[in-house]
Formats: sequence, C-alpha cells, structure tokens
Amino acid sequence: MQLPPALCARLAAGPGAAEPLPVERDPAAGAAPFRFVARPVRFPREHQFFEDGDVQRHLYLQDVIMQVADVPEKPRVPAFACQVAGCCQVFDALDDYEHHYHTLHGNVCSFCKRAFPSGHLLDAHILEWHDSLFQILSERQDMYQCLVEGCTEKFKTSRDRKDHMVRMHLYPADFRFDKPKKSRSPASAEAPGDSGERSEGEAMEICSEPVAASPAPAGERRIYRHRSVSELFLKPVLNMCSVLRILGCTWAAALLILNSERIPSTICFGQGAARGFKSNKKKTKQC
Amino acid sequence: MWSRRQGRLRPTVCGVEELRRRRREREAALRKARREQQLVSKRLLRNDAPEEAGEGCVAAILGETEVQQFLRQAQRGTEEKEREGALVSLRRGLQHPETQQTFIRLEGSMRTLVGLLTSNQALLQLEAARCLHELSHSEQSTVAEACLPATSYLLTYLSSHSSDFIELCLYTLGNLIVESEAVRRQLLPQGIVPALAACIQSPHVAVLEALGYALSQLLQAEEAPEKIIPSSILASTLPQHMLQMLQPGPKLNPGVAVEFAWCLHYIICSQVSNPLLIGHGALSTLGLLLLDLAGAVQKTEDAGLELLACPVLRCLSNLLTEAAVETVGGQMQLRDERVVAALFILLQFFFQKQPSLLPEGLWLLNNLTANSPSFCTSLLSLDLIEPLLQLLPVSNVVSVMVLTVLCNVAEKGPAYCQRLWPGPLLPALLHTLAFSDTEVVGQSLELLHLLFLYQPEAVQVFLQQSGLQALERHQEEAQLQDRVYALQQTALQG
Repeated sequence: MQLPPALCARLAAGPGAAEPLPVERDPAAGAAPFRFVARPVRFPREHQFFEDGDVQRHLYLQDVIMQVADVPEKPRVPAFACQVAGCCQVFDALDDYEHHYHTLHGNVCSFCKRAFPSGHLLDAHILEWHDSLFQILSERQDMYQCLVEGCTEKFKTSRDRKDHMVRMHLYPADFRFDKPKKSRSPASAEAPGDSGERSEGEAMEICSEPVAASPAPAGERRIYRHRSVSELFLKPVLNMCSVLRILGCTWAAALLILNSERIPSTICFGQGAARGFKSNKKKTKQC
Repeated sequence: MWSRRQGRLRPTVCGVEELRRRRREREAALRKARREQQLVSKRLLRNDAPEEAGEGCVAAILGETEVQQFLRQAQRGTEEKEREGALVSLRRGLQHPETQQTFIRLEGSMRTLVGLLTSNQALLQLEAARCLHELSHSEQSTVAEACLPATSYLLTYLSSHSSDFIELCLYTLGNLIVESEAVRRQLLPQGIVPALAACIQSPHVAVLEALGYALSQLLQAEEAPEKIIPSSILASTLPQHMLQMLQPGPKLNPGVAVEFAWCLHYIICSQVSNPLLIGHGALSTLGLLLLDLAGAVQKTEDAGLELLACPVLRCLSNLLTEAAVETVGGQMQLRDERVVAALFILLQFFFQKQPSLLPEGLWLLNNLTANSPSFCTSLLSLDLIEPLLQLLPVSNVVSVMVLTVLCNVAEKGPAYCQRLWPGPLLPALLHTLAFSDTEVVGQSLELLHLLFLYQPEAVQVFLQQSGLQALERHQEEAQLQDRVYALQQTALQG
C-alpha cells in the first residue's frame, strides 16, 4: 500500500480542516432499487466484527510472563539494619527494606505500636482507640465510620459498624484490621477464640505483650494532635535520614519526615516511648 | 516514549516452529471461546522461570503432607529465613494444578495463608501473596473461588504503600474478577471500584498497568453494562483518570495506555453514557493519541503498537456515532484532517503487519467520512483514493468497506465525483464487479450508480471497457438483479 509522500508532512504540520467541497445531492441518488445511505456504524461489544482484535488482546494477556532477565536484578548493598527503635531486621536489598518499612513502620500507632496497611486505617484506629474526645462524642452521635473505601456510613458502636461491614460489604467477621477495642486487662478477651486467633500470624502486632491503651482524662489527648516536631524527635529522624541518603534512598528519607506527622511530637525514637507522654497518670510499660 | 517494548514472551527451549504451532492452537481456542461468549484470560506474574530444562529445579507436585508441613513451617517457624523458604517451596508447588487442588482441599489452609498475608513479616506477606496469585491464575473455578476469603485484604492493601505488593494484589484481583459472576458479586459490595479509583493516583507505572488490567477484566464482564458501569464506574472519578492515562506526551506509557484504552472500549461499546465521556474530552484525547500512534509507527519497527491502536480505533468509531457529537460540538473536536492522515498511516501499518485489523481501521474511516464533507474533501485533496483502492484485493470484508467509504465520498455530489474520475476508480470497479461475493458486487453497483449520476461522462468509458458484460454476469442473482437492470438501462440510455 503506497501512501503519497506528502502525507507524512501533513501529519507533522499543524491542525487544520479541509475547506469542504460544495455538497449537492440529487434525489435520484437514493431512489430504488439503490439503497445506499451514508451513515456511521456502531458495533456492540459482542459483535463478531471484534473477534480478531479481541483474540489478539487475549493472546497478549496470556503471553505476559515476567522473565527473570526483564526484572532488573535487585541491587544489593552492604547489609544494614533497620534504624527504627526496637526493630532489628537486617537487609541487603533496598526493595526488601522498602517493603519492610512500609509494612511495619509506615503507618504505626504511636500509642500501641500496631502497624496498619494504610493511613486511612491508622487514622481510624487512633481515633477510636486513643482519643477520649471521640469516646465522648460517640455517646451522642454516630462516630464509627465504615472502613470500606468509598462508604460514608457511620455507626453508634463498633459492633454496629462490624455488622454493617459484614452484611453490606461482605467482609469477614474476623477482619483483622477492625478488632474491637480491648479492655484494660489483657486477660479478658472479648470474643471466644480471640486468643486462638492471635497465634495465627497476628496482624501487625509488634509488641509482644498486648498493650492496653488506657483512656486518659479528657483534656490531655489533644496534645497528640499538635503536629509540630520537637527537638527530641527531630534528631534521630535526621540520623536515619542521613543513613538512608547515603544508601541513595532519598524517598525513604522523605517518607520518614512525612510519616513523622503520625507520631506525636512527644515521642522520641530509641529512648523508650513511655518517656514522651506528658501525663502524670500511671501508664503500663511500653516496650 | 515509544521505546521498544521489553520482550515479554518467554524464550522457551522449544523451537520457533513449536512456538508458532502453540500460538495457532491458542488462537483457535480463543476464537472458539469468544464465539461461545466464554472469553476469559488471566495474567500470571512469575519471577522465576520454572521449567527451564536442564536446570534441574523443576517444581515438584506437592502431596498433602508436604503442603501441611510447609504451611506449618511458615506459620510457626522460628527462623525468618526458614519461614520464608517454606512459603517459597509452597509457591513453587502451587504452580501445578494438582498441588492447587490438594491445597484447597486441606482444611484451614486458606485461613493460614490469609493469616500469613496479614502478618507482620513483610517478606512473608509477599510470599503469601504470591501463593495466592498462583491460585488465582488457575483455570479451575474451585481453586480460584477458594481465594475469596482473601479479597477484603487484597482490597485493603491497595491503599498501602509498597508498590510491588500492590501490583501483585491487583493482578490477583484481576484474575479473580474474571473468574465468575459469583466472585464479582462479592467484590463489588466490598468496594473494589472505590479502591481502584483511589489506587489510580499511584505514580508507579507497574501499579497503573496492573490496575488497568484489573479494571479491564471488571469491565469486560457480561453483566458490566447493566450492573457495574452505570452505577459504580461512571459515578467515580475513573473515567477522567483513564483519559488522563491516554493523553499523549512524555508521561504516556504504552503498557499502561493499552490497558486503559481497552477499559475505555468496554465502557464505550456498552453504550451506557457516552455523552458523558465526550463531555470529558474523550474525542480530542483519543484523536491526539491517534496522531501520536501514527507518528510512532513511522519511527519504530515495534509490532506492539497495534495492541494500542485497536482499542483506540474502536473507541473513536463508536463515539462518533453518538448524537452528542453534533450537539456538544464534538465534531468540532475531531475536524482536524491530520486524523485522516494518521489513519492512513496506520492502515498501511496494518496492511504490512496485521491485516486482520484493516476492517477496524476502515470502520473508523467510514464513521469519519459518512457525515463529513470536510473529511471527504481531505480524502480527495490528500490523494488517498488510490491507496484506498490498493486495499481492495485484501479480502471481501475489506473490499466492502473500501467501497462504502468511496460511496460516502461520491454521494456528496458532482463536486466530489468530478475528483473521482477519471482515475483508477473505474478500472477498480470493473475489477470488483468480477468478484463472486454478493456484498462486494452490491456495493460496487451502488458506487457505479452514484458515479453515473454525478459524472455522466463515465458511462461511455464504462461501456467501452466491457462494462455491460461485467454487469450481465450478475443478472440472475436475486439480491443484485434490480440494481443490475437499472444500471444497464442507464448505460444504454447514456
């Protein structure tokens, strides 16, 4: 199929429409027995016209098998340890570290050390477990937000919310990221079989002992909402950042600073979390 | 931007002939599946090449005890490496359908796997996800459906931060989605569409491609036009984001664009709410993308471009049939005659590399020219009639479409027919009149009629070139008789 040489030039040139030649139809054109009518055609999805293209599409889908050669070799670096307090994992590949960091330290509750897969779930957790203002408000209005992305329903109790998620969203009744808030004493389990579940690769627990998050008096909790970064906090973060930067890992460094927002300014790294709380209330020992 | 796609076909030990034979077999199977409306394909991500002969590390089928053992080790092992190793062994075993069956029949196995998936050990999580992925790829419904308990977690992890993990979850979800309506009936209330809509903001190309794949599987579902597209998809921000992925420019990634172009095609050909898409600028985005494709085709020898060209052509063609095109000024968006130039460059590319796509390209040409004097004029002024005629011998379907496009031009009146004659048109028509296919001949008769009407001088030449004999051949054909007779009369009187 030979194309006129000027065609490529036309494509490369600017936009423009041809000045149309005058249209002048004779009624005899559509007179019987002739039946041609110029019209755009549409094809619905299952039409046979699409068979060839569809088959090609599916051949493409089926052919995709990642090759070892295609996936770039994980760059190896000299072994280094995760700098987060209490974590002694060692890595020799940045990808592994990235996944580890995101999973374990990315969205961590500063109070009880639980890690969550997303900021959304972490925020919900902090609100429901550690915010006494939330507790107070929830007595008067529906505060427990449905955890499913895109659903704006709110409920009076976490039980109601769970029922909703099970009924409407077909979530499992034992969804690991919606544990009901534990009571003070770790000995009193909410549901039978709760401790049984624990042994099955418990979700995201880092602390070995279940930490009871004790509700604090009303006024105090507001401190944690204050987002400024105190001096105590900044130093270890910067140390970590420089380590990461040396490893060419600027994204992780940036991540660390960003994630620092989740951690109250009063918490410091590497020195025992308990020290941060400006509370005069007795606390259970944090690990 | 349009750099050579990475070769994704595995270079197996077997020869080229063997590969060709397998491909033909698979193609035949796909055609059959499509005719039975059972066209289902899944994607598999695998990081190690399992069956390299001579390597000696062929994955073995695992028995029940071994599966149990590996699961227990993974769950309760003391050493992290040991736990990970156990899962890796399990995953390798799960490449076999027999092991998959064994796994799903084992009580508590999925529960354990889900526990590992949500554990606090990142690498265990990843391996557990890979096991799940192998299972999701199975052709056996029972195996894929056994993965259902994990879906709420897969969806939850779509808003996590590890791009590798998200990618794996997306491909797994995509495989499960296409499995059955029962699976989709669970995934939709679980919020898969909002989860995907949130995930589309990711900057990672691999994640976007995986997301496009999962979404295309959802949209391809039989019940999508009634149950999925109107309520969920169009209500979300997905359509706008999809169009963004298709905008030409330095950020356009071919792999990602292919997936989203197919997504768009499934939405558009469902004819649920195309004016909405036109309002979002679909026509101009796709038009520009077409120009971009034509440019790329000229530069590279890349055979992968037709994978993107096909859905783009389909989207444009179907959108052009919307009434909104006229009212919303959509036609204005697509008046640029470079679109015609681009289309012909693509037609030439198809002619050389993928003739089966010629009908789709010509379909767009028909829809562009049917109601547009401007585009018809472009065909003439850019000298595209002769290249068009060169396509006639390809196949009957192609011939009919070429002749239809020429009719689109001719029916606009004498000013247009004057430019069609003299020239190669009449000899080409005399040639197609010799075809046996009724539709081809019928369309040739229509074109002749228009030519005789608006360009009477052509009649004489027709007669001189044994036109009447060519007509006579079809006098007895029921579908053609009337028209043959009418033309004979015109010729004799003229």
